[in-house]
Amino acid sequence: MTLPRRRLLLAAAAAPFAAPAAAPAAAPAAARGQAPGHPLAAAPWEAVLAEARGRPVFFNAWGGDDRTNAFIAWAGTRLRERHGIDLRHVRLRDTSEAVARVVAEKAAGRTGGGSVDLVWINGPNFLAMKEQGLLFGPFLDRLPNARFIDREGKPSTMLDFTVPVEGLAAPWRMAQVVFIADAARVPDPPRSMEALAAWARANPGRTTHPNVRNFMGVTFLKQALYELAPDPAALLRPATEEALRPAADALWAWYDRLRPNLWRGGRQFPENGPAQRPLMLDGELDLYITFNPSEAAVAIAGNQLPATARPFVLDRGTIGNTSFVAIPFNAANAAAAMVAADFLLSAEAQAHGADPRVLGNPTVLDLAALPPAERARFAALPRSPAILQPEALGRPLQEPHPSWMTRITAEWESRYGR
Amino acid sequence: MLRAAPWLTAALFLGPIAAGLAGTLLPAFGWLPALGGTAVSLEPWRALLAAPGLGRAVLLTLGTGFAATLLSFALVIAFCAATQGRTLARRAQAALAPLLATPHAALAIGFAFLVAPSGWIARALSPWATGWDRPPDWATVNDPWGLALVAGLTLKEVPYLLLMAFAGLGQIRAAEAMRAAAALGYGPVTGWLKVVLPQLYPQLRLPLYAVLAFSLSVVDVALILGPGAPPTLSALVLRWFADRDLAMWFPAAAGAVLLLALVLGGILAWRVGERVAAAAGRRWIATGGRGGAGRALRCGAPALMGLLLAANAAALLVLLAWSFAGPWRFPEALPSAFTLATWRAQVQALAQPAMATLAVALAATALALLLALACLEAEQRHGLRPGRRALLMIWLPLLLPQLAFLFGWQVALVRLDLDGTAGAVVWTHLLFVLPYVFLSLADPWRALDPRHARAAAALGAGPWRVFWAVKCRLLLRPLLVAAAVGFAVSAGLYLPTLFAGGGRIATLTTEAVTLAAGADRRVLGAYAALQALMPLAAYAAAVAVPSFLHRDRRGMRPA
Repeated sequence: MTLPRRRLLLAAAAAPFAAPAAAPAAAPAAARGQAPGHPLAAAPWEAVLAEARGRPVFFNAWGGDDRTNAFIAWAGTRLRERHGIDLRHVRLRDTSEAVARVVAEKAAGRTGGGSVDLVWINGPNFLAMKEQGLLFGPFLDRLPNARFIDREGKPSTMLDFTVPVEGLAAPWRMAQVVFIADAARVPDPPRSMEALAAWARANPGRTTHPNVRNFMGVTFLKQALYELAPDPAALLRPATEEALRPAADALWAWYDRLRPNLWRGGRQFPENGPAQRPLMLDGELDLYITFNPSEAAVAIAGNQLPATARPFVLDRGTIGNTSFVAIPFNAANAAAAMVAADFLLSAEAQAHGADPRVLGNPTVLDLAALPPAERARFAALPRSPAILQPEALGRPLQEPHPSWMTRITAEWESRYGR
Repeated sequence: MLRAAPWLTAALFLGPIAAGLAGTLLPAFGWLPALGGTAVSLEPWRALLAAPGLGRAVLLTLGTGFAATLLSFALVIAFCAATQGRTLARRAQAALAPLLATPHAALAIGFAFLVAPSGWIARALSPWATGWDRPPDWATVNDPWGLALVAGLTLKEVPYLLLMAFAGLGQIRAAEAMRAAAALGYGPVTGWLKVVLPQLYPQLRLPLYAVLAFSLSVVDVALILGPGAPPTLSALVLRWFADRDLAMWFPAAAGAVLLLALVLGGILAWRVGERVAAAAGRRWIATGGRGGAGRALRCGAPALMGLLLAANAAALLVLLAWSFAGPWRFPEALPSAFTLATWRAQVQALAQPAMATLAVALAATALALLLALACLEAEQRHGLRPGRRALLMIWLPLLLPQLAFLFGWQVALVRLDLDGTAGAVVWTHLLFVLPYVFLSLADPWRALDPRHARAAAALGAGPWRVFWAVKCRLLLRPLLVAAAVGFAVSAGLYLPTLFAGGGRIATLTTEAVTLAAGADRRVLGAYAALQALMPLAAYAAAVAVPSFLHRDRRGMRPA
């Protein structure tokens, strides 16, 4: 093949990719007002509602938990009834899939009509979208229900993994690390990560953590990091090499002691958090980590955990965070997505999610700020002995900066994933 | 018009594959201007080689792919050799069709439910035989060596290869050859291996390559049954393609090209193996050993095949059992109660992917039937002679790893503004549906006695009337079977739906694979059971409809 022909062929074949280039590196670091001049930014709420009616919302949300899936399906029913919105749950294996899709669309020059309308997001995924200017908004304070958010009492609704949310995402559920133990087998569960390693040595194969590529798995390691890092305060700043090395060394030293005593000898891990439930139900696990303080109560009611499953937290506290929904800058149905985000913030949706028969998730709202009729929805919820009340949970530890999650995952992969 | 049908088909077919391969090859060498890749470089390959776990992933891929293919091949050959001319062969054939219809993902999920340490087998044997009151800490699924993956693939590939072998046996005069061999004093098994296998093998070659390519590059089964850290190469590449850091697309593309090289190299290695085996076989034949009665194989092979068919059936059954289960604790052999609660709770969530599965499968199958019939009819009316190249083209999508061209094809779809549309998904499904539809239709179509058509023409019927009233009517059964095959293929596709659907088109397969990572087994059971039942229903319809229509025509019922 002669040279000119080859060049021609390359150019022809590359034509599909020759889109207006937008190198991610060139994107502005600070991303306030990512969709400037968007007509929805100033439209009255009635106009937003009117535009939303009859539109679909492609809600990209991790689909690994059938309880959450059922909650989203319920929200879809209510949104159809109330606002004529067709909420469609795009079930992701990992939230990064949706981020990648939006990045790809931006790279292809698609600034409107994007395929993701709403995405369940936090942590590194949120930071990535925010840094690359991929988010619509700020829209949070356009939502009527946003004024009920408990911004003071639950700072993680405004500060996601130390990253200011700046109205680019709307909180919709609170999460806090708790551990579940089968009280029939573990009457006195370990109250620190160090004690967990000792317990595992005495009870090999009886605990595990989810795959570290899954947010729950790496959270297990971050929880240990809080206890083991020489300077836990450094976790709240971006992970520099100087801060990472001593912390990571302490973490891996502890982990190397723990791992051989994990389920399957620490060579195999459940894919995600919910995958641990059947393992405990079957009796393979006696103890595991979760992000939902009501996990035990909800799962016992659904025959997914033994009736003796009980939650507990660590003496020095556990990590808490907030789940958000965000709207990509090129969402095809941004108005409908805003209405959906607002509905997720409504007392009705929050109380439904807080119901231990549904999700049992702590609300993001400040109950005291709610009108009495709305507050009554929460008072009417059933209680369960398998739910830790807020006093027992303790004030949550703040999530480390997202860079810690990314670095720890990468180190784990290169240490144990080969 | 009709003369152009083969060309149109080729264009619909080769366009996406060519665009897809180019769109994967170029980023593999650093060329993807939209992401700032404007210089050809080897950087993606350096990044690929530095990726943790790559070496093991490649070894795993090769090990599991070859093991599954060799095992399936050996089982099929052993069974055919052991049952030549016996009624067992015909009975096995009848049991095969429903198994073929089962999507890979559903079977893999069912198989996991069966063999997991807390699976049905352990439950049935505990505690009375095993003494277990809790499951053993054994890695029987997702094991680091990929044994569960090999077993799951073998479970699915054996029925396919066996059907292909039966079809091949129908084309050679196996019974006569066996009689001659017996007259010369050869034992039944030895005789079969020496006389029939060399004639059968060429018919099995392409199906075997397809099985090898599939086993080396499969994603959904690997996600469900394969190891996780590291996974097989295909699962690793898929993970990189889904990374939020799009810079990972470059090493991912390089990984997809590496996978392509593994598959092509694997086929080449198999080809070399064929030569070696043929040479050794000829020497073995020339020694003239007659062999004994082959009693061990004549009992063992059917027993193994029976075990495999039973495992297939049990895998489906356990899905249903879970979907109707109330509380079901280890080690209870059966749920303590059966309930409709799961189905009732999931019916709404199931409806959308079920409808999407149905719509896409029907559209892709209808299109494939139309194109296949147009090609076959054009062949007969215009006396076209499809050569080896045409056959290879038909097989191409089955011989290439899906990942190697689906990513590039997705990029092209984005440029065409077609990604995430039903049209894109149907088109992409067509690439995989058409080969199966065409291959299962071509033989009966070409074999139809031309005198039927000539007689009709002599009676004044035009070519379209002959086509419709004579050929389609006479070939209704194979037509519907081909349609059912196409439907089953489409309903089971994972990666093509994922890439072309952009997440917006979710089928039962994509949902089941997503749920397989950790959902409640009852919910997963419902998804996978429905996923398996839809193609089964299509098969049942394909068998029942002609029987009903031809209930008063004895000559048109199957022999």
